[in-house]
Amino acid sequence: MKKSLFYSPTDYARNKYLKYITFIFLITLYLPILNLIIFSFNDSKRNIVWRGFTTKYYNNVFENDVLFSAFLNSLTIATLSTIISTILGLTTAITLWKFNFYLKKYYDLALLFPIIIPEICMGISMLVFFNFINWPAFEIWPLTLSNIIIAHVSFTFPFIAIIIRSRLAILNTDTLEAGLDLGANNIQIIRLIIIPFIKPAIIASFLLAFTLSLDDFVVTFFTSGPNSVTLPVKIYSMVRFGITPEINAVSTLLILILIFCTFFVIRYLSKNNREVLDD
Amino acid sequence: MTDKKFTIELKNLTKKFENTIAVDDVSFNVEENEFFTILGPSGCGKSTILRLIAGLEGQDQGEIIINGIDCSKMPANERPVNMVFQSYALFPHLNIKDNIEFGLKIKKIDEKEIKRRVDEILDLIKMRSYINKYPSELSGGQRQRVALARAIVNNPKIVLLDEPLSALDANLRIEMQRELVNIQRNLEMTFMLVTHDQDEALSISSKIAIMESGKVIETNTATNMYEYPSKKYSAEFLGRINIIDGYVSNTSDQKIFKSEIFGDINLENDLDIPQDAVLGIRPEKIIIERSSKNIENRIKTKGTVIDWTYYGDMSYITIELDNKKKIYIHVQNIHRNTLQELKIGKTLRASFDINDLIILEK
Repeated sequence: MKKSLFYSPTDYARNKYLKYITFIFLITLYLPILNLIIFSFNDSKRNIVWRGFTTKYYNNVFENDVLFSAFLNSLTIATLSTIISTILGLTTAITLWKFNFYLKKYYDLALLFPIIIPEICMGISMLVFFNFINWPAFEIWPLTLSNIIIAHVSFTFPFIAIIIRSRLAILNTDTLEAGLDLGANNIQIIRLIIIPFIKPAIIASFLLAFTLSLDDFVVTFFTSGPNSVTLPVKIYSMVRFGITPEINAVSTLLILILIFCTFFVIRYLSKNNREVLDD
Repeated sequence: MTDKKFTIELKNLTKKFENTIAVDDVSFNVEENEFFTILGPSGCGKSTILRLIAGLEGQDQGEIIINGIDCSKMPANERPVNMVFQSYALFPHLNIKDNIEFGLKIKKIDEKEIKRRVDEILDLIKMRSYINKYPSELSGGQRQRVALARAIVNNPKIVLLDEPLSALDANLRIEMQRELVNIQRNLEMTFMLVTHDQDEALSISSKIAIMESGKVIETNTATNMYEYPSKKYSAEFLGRINIIDGYVSNTSDQKIFKSEIFGDINLENDLDIPQDAVLGIRPEKIIIERSSKNIENRIKTKGTVIDWTYYGDMSYITIELDNKKKIYIHVQNIHRNTLQELKIGKTLRASFDINDLIILEK
């Protein structure tokens, strides 16, 4: 007990109770995911008890055309919607940061709306909206995904705008004036000063939007048709007929893709940081 | 003598911000190769003048002529001036070399020339070993040097410095002041600096303009601004001064300044004194007398020490005269054992030379 007196109260890393709590927290957070991955190798149709190791369900996934096309749909939607929302979010962030205009305060609030509104409401409103404007039912891929892409853009771009804007908020406006003073025009200032400065925020928000879109279920469920089934929607429909190791396998693949993306972003960002920190 | 060449000519420059007039009908010229300083309290509009010259603000009225060319309406990125910002405003995502090269690359100067100029400037600011570092890795003084290099590498007609040393600690500030002067002399460039620090203004400038609430009160060389100011405001703002109130009385053969504090002061007859003038005497021009002998041309007085501030090399004392008026005296602490004489409550004789009196317009 006496020992505890020798470290400062803010030295949390040395507090053993905090260590236990953190450990329990991490277990509860990651145990279900670990469980999911382990049971994807379970040689059992019912998937309740462990009956031995197998990789056959992974083969099933790759041979399952419906599952594969759902996965391809998900990737296409995530990529296209994220590219569109990054452009929209970036321009929105710059506008809100640089310019003052009528009702700006309310525009700011409106930007938060897609984030705070319940997803179910968002999904239903999208469904009603596309019916109301008679959005054509396209036959050709990837136009079949157009309404899902639009729906995804509408809820991911505020995230991007807010992340980029918070980065812009710490950009010293003197720096922009210095650029102007050194002879740069407005386009050069954006290209040579603003964009490089907010690059980490752009990448981070791009990835966040990508993952949000990739694993979205509710909004997609209401906007997808028979020709535009995404992976989460497909998994949901499969679960209704019982949880098979196939579902575990496809979920594991999804997790691996997300981990893979995150790994590259972290590596990129830390490389960027190293350049800033030492030689 | 040929005509002096002006780098900057400001004509009736005026700038308003909503309800306040930041710059009020300012006109002055800056000569080539001058180290020109605008000195004034914060909020007097001195930084606004720099920003107007740089084109970062647009004037409401008036003209800005840079090197003989009217730049009043020229956009900031085309003006032949460069600025050193108070916050340094280095680009955080670029290393030192890229920061310095920024302006040259924008102007599409060829690679060899860029390399030559950057090399030269790196030697000048002694930062060669830091070229791959980022601004966040440098100390305040080093960032200051880089900010300066980034401006002067473009060979501007004038370098504008907006309180460049205010963020540095006292010792470093003095070192950088000296360095600024050396760089300015070596490069034979025109520098224009804005500061609220009187010592800084005195020690580095060749010319000083004193500003108050948007107006330039007085422009003069650094020594003349201190020794021969013509305005009461500038005399009081730059250094300390004892103001002697009174009025001029003209008799047939004598000009006498009748003051409350020292009685009648005989002035030279041919002196041209405005009616509402006052006299001033700098505290260090007053010396402590040990004898009571009368000396020609010296005004003598006697008083009690009521305040003593010890600065090591100097003592700043306030003495109260018999007529309850107070005067400030700065005494050089030449001998240790004479410090006793400055103790509060001691009576002192003091005197100063009439020739050191300054005539000040209100």
